[in-house]
Order: sequence, then structure tokens, then C-alpha cells
Amino acid sequence: MILLKIFWSFFQIGLFSIGGGMAAIPLIQNQVVTIHNWLTLSEFTDLITIAEMTPGPIAINSATFVGIRIAGIPGAIVATIGCIFPSCIIVSLLAWIYFKYKQLTVLQGILSGLRPTIVALIASAGLTIFSLAIWGDNGFSLDFQLINYVSVIMFGLALFILRKLKPNPIYVMLGSGIIGGVIYMIL
Amino acid sequence: MKSKNNIYKKLFVSSFYLSAFTFGGGFVIIPLMKKKFVDELQWIEENEMLNLAAIAQSSPGAVAVNAAILIGYRVAGILGAIITILGTVLPPFIIISVVSVFYTAFRDNLIVNAVLKGMQAGIAAVIADVVINLGGNVIKGKDIISVLIMAGAFISTFYFKINVVYIILVCGFIGAIRTLFHSNKNKKDDNL
Repeated sequence: MILLKIFWSFFQIGLFSIGGGMAAIPLIQNQVVTIHNWLTLSEFTDLITIAEMTPGPIAINSATFVGIRIAGIPGAIVATIGCIFPSCIIVSLLAWIYFKYKQLTVLQGILSGLRPTIVALIASAGLTIFSLAIWGDNGFSLDFQLINYVSVIMFGLALFILRKLKPNPIYVMLGSGIIGGVIYMIL
Repeated sequence: MKSKNNIYKKLFVSSFYLSAFTFGGGFVIIPLMKKKFVDELQWIEENEMLNLAAIAQSSPGAVAVNAAILIGYRVAGILGAIITILGTVLPPFIIISVVSVFYTAFRDNLIVNAVLKGMQAGIAAVIADVVINLGGNVIKGKDIISVLIMAGAFISTFYFKINVVYIILVCGFIGAIRTLFHSNKNKKDDNL
């Protein structure tokens, strides 16, 4: 019964969170804290912190975290499946329409408007992380003392290596994590 | 049969490790997927990758999972989609399962925090690299409306924090109108 409840809760979270991770947070809070009291508000804040520190979508991270606390590994599995179930159905449907009708003029037109939009969204996400790396949580500032110069140099070096040597980006991310980690621990 | 198994294996391994290194929202994994499936494996064209990203963003649920479903389906049908879903969901599932046991220690760990801070610069550089390529191609296309859509969408989301759903709706609408307008004009030109 509890597994069914978990499934249904995360099914709703998966179904109604359109537009990425941040859009899902209030929905998760509503289901997990307000309606079911599965987590206290401070546990929920911890969950969001951990979700941001670990890889993967926030909704999937929350599903695993809440599922495991309520009903162990089966709970985590059920919550995760509930969370991706609406995606699977709706995306499969859209994929089918897309591959069947992609030659259609109207669909081509819509997609021609969406492609530059996606580039803009990627750029915006990148700039958000860039400003987090350079200025921390306070965001952009003209005060030179607030600039994290370690981040600036690592960003410049990483971008140079990516443009010139075209390595696997995972190595660049791992390398900056290790080098940055060592530098920050020493400083 | 062997080559097919090879594709399944590559799909799983690729989506698994892309997911394992995707810190921060769906728009961090899209550039990584573009590098892997468009540049390296050449299974998908750049424009098609952007189409799939647009569908992933317009659908409910996590963008990373949606994009994985679409790429898996595009490369190897339904079974491909199931494989990429598993590959994408397993890393966060395993990591959170482990972390949930001692999560306060993890949250307050200085080394973890230092490494994560270091990774931010690397992730920002990876995204910048992909944006230079993709944005450069939009500008080189010399289509003024596409460039305006890109600039407008960027300002709307980054400065005005407008909900992405509305941006997608408006830009898709502009694209549809533009194409219909063009094809009407071409018809008229043909008649003359």
C-alpha cells in the first residue's frame, strides 16, 4: 500500500514538472513534505542540497532518497519508476509523431524556431554555472575582490584545452574537480 | 547480430557515464550528449540533436531522461530507449542510495565540497565550448530570424527568468508562422 502511494506521488511529480529540475522542486515539496509528511522541511532542504551535489536529475535523486527512507530499496525503485513513467509515455508518443511527420512543413517550422531557442537555453545554463564558479552564490559583481581567480584560470585553461585538443569532456570535468579540489583544500 | 549488440552496449555505457557526470540540470547533459552522439559517434546530426533536445524540454519530466529516451529510440528503437533510460537512471539511483545512508556527513564533507567547487569551472568550460560551436552555426546560417530568436530567448531566460515553457511556446509559434509565410510566398512566386 505504501509502495502504491509512493508510486502515485512520484508519478504526479513526473507528470507535472515541465521545464527541468527547478520546476520540480515545489512539486516535490508539496507531495513529500506537505501532503504525506515523509520528510520534515529541514530534511527536504538537505535533500535538495544533496541532489545538487550529486549527478542526475533532481526528481530522480529525490525519488531514490525518499523511497529508500520510507520503504527501503523497493521504495526507491517504485518511486523512480513512478517518476519516469509519464516521461516514457509522453516522450514516446512525441517521438513517434516526430519521426513520422518530421517532413511536414509546419513541424519543420516549429523546430526551426526551437533549435536556436535550445542553443540559448544551453548558453543560459552555462552562464549560470560560470557565474557560480567565478562569483559564488552572490552572483555577478564588479568588485574584483569577490572574483574567484582559481576558477577564472581553470575555466580559461579548460576552455583552451577543449578548443585546441578536443579531449573527452568528462576528463576535463574530472580534471578540474581534482585540481580544484586540491587547490581549495590547500588554500 | 554482433554489431547490434555492440550498439546496445555502447548506448548503455555512453548514457551511463554521461549521467554519472551530469552535475546540474538538464542543460548540462544536452551539450555532453551532443559531443558524444553527434561529434564522436556520429549517430545523430547536429540539427536532429537540437530537435530532440527541443522535444525533451517540451515534455514533462526530467530533461535528461527525456533526451535519453529520444536518443535511444532514434538509434536503436524501443529496446534502445529502454537501454538509455536504464543507463541514465542507474547512476543517480546508485549514488543516492549510498549517500542517503550517511548524508549529513557527505553534505558537510570539505573534500567533497572542494572537488565540486573545482568541477564548476570545468563544467562551465564544457558548456561554453558547445555553445561556441552551436551558436556559431546559428550565426553563420545568416538567417536573421533565427539569430533574433536565439538572442531573444537568451535574454528572456537569463535576465528576465521567464518560465522556459512560455519561451518554447512562443519560439515554436514564431518558427511555424515564418515557415508558413515563406511557403505562401514561394507559391505566389511560382504563380507569377
